[in-house]
Amino acid sequence: MITKDYIITAAEGIHARPATNLVKLTKNYSSLISIKKGDRTVKLSSLMNILSLGIKGGETISIIIDGEDETSAIIAIDAFFEEELKHL
Amino acid sequence: MTINGIGVSPGITIGKASLLKKQEAALSGVVLANDADITIEIEKFNNAVALSVQDVETMINSYDQSQGKEGLEILETHIELLTDPQISEDVTEKISKEKKNANDAVIEVIADAVQLFTNMEDEYLSTRAADVQDIGDRLLRNLNSSIPDTTTTYEADTIIIAEDLTPSDTISMDTTHVAGFVTQVGGRTSHAAIIARSRGVPAIVGCGITLTEIKDGDLLILDGQSGAIIINPDQNTIDQYRIKQDNWQAQNNLLRSLKDTPATTTDGINIKLFANIGDANDMEQAIGFGAEGSGLLRTELLFMGRDALPDEEEQFEFYKAVALKAKGKPVIVRTLDIGGDKQLPYFNFPAEQNPFLGYRAIRICLDRPDIFIVQLKAILRASTFGRLKIMFPMISNIQEVRAAKVILQQAKDELSKAGITFDKNIPVGIMIEIPSAAITADLLAKEVDFFSIGTNDLCQYTLAVDRMNEQIKELYDPYNPGVLRLIAYVIDQGHKNNVEVGMCGELASDPKATLLLLGMGLTEFSMSAAAIPEIKNIIIHSDLTKAKQIHSHIMEMDSSTAITAYLQEITL
Repeated sequence: MITKDYIITAAEGIHARPATNLVKLTKNYSSLISIKKGDRTVKLSSLMNILSLGIKGGETISIIIDGEDETSAIIAIDAFFEEELKHL
Repeated sequence: MTINGIGVSPGITIGKASLLKKQEAALSGVVLANDADITIEIEKFNNAVALSVQDVETMINSYDQSQGKEGLEILETHIELLTDPQISEDVTEKISKEKKNANDAVIEVIADAVQLFTNMEDEYLSTRAADVQDIGDRLLRNLNSSIPDTTTTYEADTIIIAEDLTPSDTISMDTTHVAGFVTQVGGRTSHAAIIARSRGVPAIVGCGITLTEIKDGDLLILDGQSGAIIINPDQNTIDQYRIKQDNWQAQNNLLRSLKDTPATTTDGINIKLFANIGDANDMEQAIGFGAEGSGLLRTELLFMGRDALPDEEEQFEFYKAVALKAKGKPVIVRTLDIGGDKQLPYFNFPAEQNPFLGYRAIRICLDRPDIFIVQLKAILRASTFGRLKIMFPMISNIQEVRAAKVILQQAKDELSKAGITFDKNIPVGIMIEIPSAAITADLLAKEVDFFSIGTNDLCQYTLAVDRMNEQIKELYDPYNPGVLRLIAYVIDQGHKNNVEVGMCGELASDPKATLLLLGMGLTEFSMSAAAIPEIKNIIIHSDLTKAKQIHSHIMEMDSSTAITAYLQEITL
């Protein structure tokens, strides 16, 4: 299992558009991928769930990946947070 | 009569009201009898999901790209929501455990989700309730084929009046003739607002219950800037608004065409056009006008109109919000500039003969380091969220700069000790608005990273004229050769000492002065956001060689009347 924290640098937080891309991305992996904010953990495969966390700019979230392809999944997720979300 | 909402997409439109009514799906109250029914209802739901996804995919394929990519992104989000595992799980559970039919299960699950989003504090997220409602409506339409879709075509100059507009309302609507939108609910980031802005038609949202005043076919005037809706206006009002409409159109065309154009002179010199702002909202608006940052964040807004000083946390949130809205563009934060004409009810200012020459701005801050350090710490903490710079106002001598920097260092030390991160190299600058500071710009330059010329006070102090005094008003004149010489000297000294020089006073937004200031070597202009397009338009049509000639020519003139007449002539 891999757990990694990210600070959301985009001012608007994770909005529908980046969240949609994030959900699409997780569908490429068989691992169970979850997102945690505060004491709530939800599956990353649901856009509803991600949006319902109400993530704002400046907040910290954790991504938890568990499964066979977790190492390749974390690379893709890293790239998403480091690159894509920053420029949205 | 006139009613008011929130103007979210500027422009003026005159047209006929068309009320958008939707049929709502109702709960049936059916209780499923057996497992076979449950299987059938789950099957129906899955079927409705598949049909709905097909609908949206058809909309994506036939999407007209010229209408902006926002609509397309919304549709892609809708596909995700329609196929969302959480929604599917919740609906299936209601059918299998609570024995509800697919229709009722969808209505309830969607209602809960809409409620969840509506209650969110974040305005953007709370308006996402509309997306959820939208996919819910679509699922229900596909479950009960009797509920028609709301696709309609409209006559010319139609203004759509609705309780709220769902994203697919605005996307599937034939909006060729729609001249404006008015909704009862919603905010700046609701779909009606986003779509209206991307299509350049006015929109007013959040009108509340007053919207029921509007009847189908009423003649309406919408002012998308102020949020006013005039119902059945008289001819005189219509004529007035026609003129306003034309003016706005002309202005808007200029503005739109220049927003992303860099402010570069014909000989390739980049000029920074910044906005003077009061809060995070201003910052957002300024970027819309093409501002490349803020040359003056007035922090007084945070201190005025309240009963007590804002604490560090509140100040931090305020500066952080501005930094985030600036999206990496620089923001010059001016430390507290109270006193003079700006009084605070909870702060006891001694009565004085000449408040403008008295206890104000940096003088108060140096006298009350307890107040000053709180602000400095809050700015420093916010500096990790963007590119903030700190600027001290009303500097009259170098000792004040040094004293302020000592307190800034103390603020940094306290944060470091507490393990709080901040921008260790945060640039520090001063306002040049007192003649002694202007004349000693060469000395002050050694202590700071930048200067910002405040022409309003500099003019008032240099000419010893109170600009509030009607009798001597005409003496207040930034084109006085004395004031111009001071400004030119400050810019020149800045260049010689590698100190950036900007201007945040009214002269920066005066189109007459632009060429002259360029000629003096000014490369950073900060002004009210709305003035940026006009000044940019002058800059992109000017070259520096000519501007320098104009400057030397003006320096030989001995009266402001001659100077302004000459500038007027060459600017035209």
